Amino acid sequence: MDIFLFYFLSALTVFSAVMVTLSRNTVNGAMYMVLSLIGTAGLFAMLGAYFLAALQVLVYAGAVMVLFIFIIMLVDVDAEEKVKIGTGSLIAALIATITMSVGVFMLFYNPEWNQPLSVIVESSSIEAFGGSAKKYGALLYSKNILPIQVVGMLLLIAMVGVILISKNLFTSSTPEEVSEQGEPTES
Amino acid sequence: MPGKSKVMERKPLTWAEKTYLPQVIGGLGVTFKNLMRKKVTMEYPEVKPPIPDRYRGQPALVKDPDGREKCVSCQLCEFVCPPKAITIQPGSIPDESDDIHVEKAPEEFEIDMLRCIYCGLCEEVCPEEAIFLQDIYSLNGLSREELKFKKAKLYEVGGIREDSHFKWKKKKEAEQKGNAAH
Amino acid sequence: MNLIELLITAACGLGAAIAIMSMAGLSVLAERKVCGALQGRLGPNRTTIPLLGDIPILGRMITRIGIFQLVADAAKFVFKEETIPGHVKKFYYHLAPIVVLIPALVPISVLPFGSLDGEPMILANVDIGMLVILAVSSLGVYGTVLAGWAANSKYPFLGGVRASAQMISYELAMGLAILPVFLWINQPGSDAALSLSSVVSFQETHWFVYLQPFTALLFLICLFAETNRAPFDMAESETDLVGGFHTEYGAFKFGMFFIGEYAHIVFGSALFVTLFLGGFNFLPMFASPWPAGVVGAVLSTLWFVVKVSGLIFFFIWIRWTLPRFRYDQVMTLGWKVLLPLSIVNLLVVMFILMAITPVNA
Repeated sequence: MDIFLFYFLSALTVFSAVMVTLSRNTVNGAMYMVLSLIGTAGLFAMLGAYFLAALQVLVYAGAVMVLFIFIIMLVDVDAEEKVKIGTGSLIAALIATITMSVGVFMLFYNPEWNQPLSVIVESSSIEAFGGSAKKYGALLYSKNILPIQVVGMLLLIAMVGVILISKNLFTSSTPEEVSEQGEPTES
Repeated sequence: MPGKSKVMERKPLTWAEKTYLPQVIGGLGVTFKNLMRKKVTMEYPEVKPPIPDRYRGQPALVKDPDGREKCVSCQLCEFVCPPKAITIQPGSIPDESDDIHVEKAPEEFEIDMLRCIYCGLCEEVCPEEAIFLQDIYSLNGLSREELKFKKAKLYEVGGIREDSHFKWKKKKEAEQKGNAAH
Repeated sequence: MNLIELLITAACGLGAAIAIMSMAGLSVLAERKVCGALQGRLGPNRTTIPLLGDIPILGRMITRIGIFQLVADAAKFVFKEETIPGHVKKFYYHLAPIVVLIPALVPISVLPFGSLDGEPMILANVDIGMLVILAVSSLGVYGTVLAGWAANSKYPFLGGVRASAQMISYELAMGLAILPVFLWINQPGSDAALSLSSVVSFQETHWFVYLQPFTALLFLICLFAETNRAPFDMAESETDLVGGFHTEYGAFKFGMFFIGEYAHIVFGSALFVTLFLGGFNFLPMFASPWPAGVVGAVLSTLWFVVKVSGLIFFFIWIRWTLPRFRYDQVMTLGWKVLLPLSIVNLLVVMFILMAITPVNA
């Protein structure tokens, strides 16, 4: 039962992750990504990290992807034209893929991880950082307090940046002019 | 009234009004009062609405108190009827009848109730006061034919109208007295 | 987990789904009856089924209440011819009603609905119950968005866009509005986490509705917005968007949207009762008088249902009282009023808790 569920969820996750890159229709791609995220949440839940699973669904599937779809729908619904891939981007993509694959391979070839799944799950204390809200919170605000603060600061900077760009403070035009001219072309 | 309008100054909202909550609660109170009110629904087939005297319902032909059919098939109503709902086949009154001096009576009188718009022009135009709009408002049938009301049906609905004109009776009496030139 | 356990679990889940569906059906009827009453009308009272309606007094009573109208409506939804407009995006058009309905039915599984011998009755007593509810109900917005987009015409699209923006906006304020409750029950020493059954057992003596009235108000407002309910029913505002995201749907698919909407209301009411009105506890300051055994379980469940029905009535009452917000007003209220207020509320509750909890803990 468990092993069946595991393979089902993994297959779902991987298949929809591949389909995100392959589907031409942007909405299809976004929906596949939702599916992939839900599959990942299922895998988290199978590992006993229920808190993480719920957060995954709540934040990524429930909020971030809705925003994605929202924007895809607003910007252009049927832009399915074929994009010519240039040699430059092909080479860049190849390098990125190889680097990524090697990285992932190195990560999982780590001898510490090279043992049956059950051993890893017992030893790496997933229970501690995802099993219950309390343990998760304790770990987040004691051992990992610095990364949390850094990430929070990063998000704040990003938010302020977005507001700066959207308010157009660096160009001389006033908001009234912008609304008359539509999108300013120079940036 | 022009020139008498007074411009009211819009007062700034107080703090409580800005939250809208007292207004929302007040609104809930109003609707709850309505909830407690007696229902105004008239449950139609059991309770009939009051029909005013001059209601214009189904048109029907009437007879006078003597039982004589008043219509003389002058076809004015057929002519005036805006949706052309009325069709009359004029006929003559048989010789042996008491009312032979009236000369004409409808052989067939048909009102297509699917066309009738209840305007009452037929009643208004009729020189013989032979057609009247009744207070019947609920008409239905299962076929179009069924709703083309024939003469018999129209008399059945209209019945006898208790008036005291006796126009043709008086005319006959006058004729018999020798006043034929009237 | 063996097969029998699995079957029992599945049966319980099915039972819960059926319960919430029938509650949703009844609230459709309640909506029509209450709306009629508020407007001085009678509401549905004619529809009858030959044999059942002919039972001397009972049959007439049921007819007058309008129960048979419910059956007639359901039958209409099932048997109506289903027209699918030619311009829709087929796959998502068929998917959307399902995506609306499922998240409305799932979260009932983590809600405690009665007490058996002092233990809460709950399908899945998890310590992250509230988070599960938030997660699953946040998926419900996909149904609305996809329906609006798949219909491929402008009014549904506008409805879908409005719905998604509104639900994302109010999810934030809603999440922040329920945090104070869980802060309160997670005082040092307790092991409550985010579980709903511990919220209910905490409220045995005092209810949160008067411990934290402001939190309750914020949560209630967000609940109205999240269930797409008047005065926040921007997604389907029939005056300016025809029918909103489900304009192009008919027959059974429309029925699914309809039932999904009311299932959301039922579940939202149940959630509010659980969080703020003491769940299945009898009354504040009174010990729950539920006897031991099955009788107590049934009584407490019934009491819970009574409370939920009261709140559903409140939902309907609000709908027929307040006019609909304009879209920009919805957004202003969500981002500029409710979000800051819920943050302030959270801080205030934090300081109150700091003041009343013993320091040495």
